Amino acid sequence: MSKLSSFFNKNVQVINIGIPSFAEDLTRQGVANIHVDWRPPAGGNRKIQALLEKINSWQEKVRAAKEGK
Amino acid sequence: MVVNHLIKKQTYFDSVTLMLTGTQIKKLDGVDNAVVGMCTDYNIDSLKRLDMYLPEFEELTPNDLIICVKADNNENADAAIKEVEKLLSSKKKPGTTNSELPPSSQEEAASRLPDSNMVLISVPGEYAAREAEKALNSNKHVMLFSDNVSIDEELKLKTIAAEKGLLVMGPDCGTAIINGVPLAFANSVRKGKIGLVAASGTGLQEVSSTIHRLGQGITQAIGVGGRDLSEKIGGKMTIMAAKALAEDPETRVIVLISKPPAETVLEKVFAELKNINKAIVVYFIGADPAIIESNGFVAAKNLEDAAIKAAELAGEDCLESEFSDSLIDSLAADVKLSGSDLRALYSGGTLCDEAQRILQPLLKEINSNTPVKGCNKMTDVYKSSGHCILDLGDDNFTRGKAHPMIDPGYRTERIHQEVADEKTGLIMFDVVLGYGSHMDMAGEMVASIEKARTGTGRSPVFAACICGTQDDPQGYDKQKAKLEEAGIFVFPTNVAMVKFAARCLERN
Repeated sequence: MSKLSSFFNKNVQVINIGIPSFAEDLTRQGVANIHVDWRPPAGGNRKIQALLEKINSWQEKVRAAKEGK
Repeated sequence: MVVNHLIKKQTYFDSVTLMLTGTQIKKLDGVDNAVVGMCTDYNIDSLKRLDMYLPEFEELTPNDLIICVKADNNENADAAIKEVEKLLSSKKKPGTTNSELPPSSQEEAASRLPDSNMVLISVPGEYAAREAEKALNSNKHVMLFSDNVSIDEELKLKTIAAEKGLLVMGPDCGTAIINGVPLAFANSVRKGKIGLVAASGTGLQEVSSTIHRLGQGITQAIGVGGRDLSEKIGGKMTIMAAKALAEDPETRVIVLISKPPAETVLEKVFAELKNINKAIVVYFIGADPAIIESNGFVAAKNLEDAAIKAAELAGEDCLESEFSDSLIDSLAADVKLSGSDLRALYSGGTLCDEAQRILQPLLKEINSNTPVKGCNKMTDVYKSSGHCILDLGDDNFTRGKAHPMIDPGYRTERIHQEVADEKTGLIMFDVVLGYGSHMDMAGEMVASIEKARTGTGRSPVFAACICGTQDDPQGYDKQKAKLEEAGIFVFPTNVAMVKFAARCLERN
């Protein structure tokens, strides 16, 4: 049985990122959920966002290399 | 006229909350226009276009909130700004108590809800793929409501997901019902034996709601995003979801719905699914039914027919449409149109598409902002001429505004315009119910229709279809009663409404 078809028997628990009313609808239905108070990274500053992306990507490469060892 | 403003630095609200607040403010006394939004490039451009821009806005960032009001005097402008502040301060963050601050990141949310298995993402498109990738890397399924996600990003996400056996529903996926839970815009549909996979949001809502009203139910309604069956994506999620439904012991019948798929992808999908030992109903708009049937699948003629065929295969006795052709004929028999033209104002894109395809052989010349093959592209989408079938949820109408399923604002304005045109004989529209949708769309439409009738002294014929169920938060019967009390012909499916329109236009 595939991973997806076995998921069809489970309770859905949701992380909601974005429109708050989607989380409110889930709460009303008794579905476990948590809403993220999301805002644009780096205060919406695109230059800093690009730098953060680079740092994240380097960190991922370093992590992958360490795990490779 | 005066233009007053208030800037709230480092204050973030989602775009839907802000757009709906802006719509409410524009209705206040003396207010000519208002922009309530984060200082994104688009909102700054809007302020410039509306002649409401000031040099001090130069330094603002997308993390700053601006409330800018153009009004007839300072008193009304300031009152409107105060009203915005009041409305926004009443928006409590969901799922939190005073003693607990909400998580500010997906990682923090996951640590607080450790068994979370689905991430529902509706942040602006430029940030959405990153959040989706994080979710997949944490082995969670993704529903990607956000639009403006590039097809390259979609391919990357769906490739990761397919390798891990996870779902990526979207991008631009407005609706899904997973394990009985309606997500984003979805209807309250009973559990049953039919599993749906759809690359069309309103298509999925129309078929699942009709199945419910026919007495059957669903196991899953999996939205895969409108581009899943494109050449580039190759039906990755459609194939994976259909195969999973094939393994699911609760699912007896599978329904596949899509906007026109790429030809090579159609062959690939059919080759992958033809050995499934369950009945599969296929409604791929524009695909040749002979090809569908030669692969051993059941071809549906339209969305309503897909629901009827699936319900029959799931065990219902031989079914007919909720509205038979003879009933439609008898309703149309006494209708006199005061003008020659049809005007259709849809909030659901697939319903708009379906109407054009059904009416094209009869009307020959149809104009639309989203024309199907053989219909004409409108040069000015804001002014109707001839028979016009419009998708008001398309980008032309939703830039900087909430979707017409949430915000009736533009559609109610357009009603007035169409009623005032002496060529208009028949106006039809959809009312889409369910979670996420406006709580009283029928009431809003009736109010605007009555205002237009009084204001213009004209009364074209109105027809509406309701996509939804009695279990939806708005209640199907309540919405239907409101429309009928206003003298509007009401139909349970788009197909029935469009057939009624065809009969009326033929007879007049």
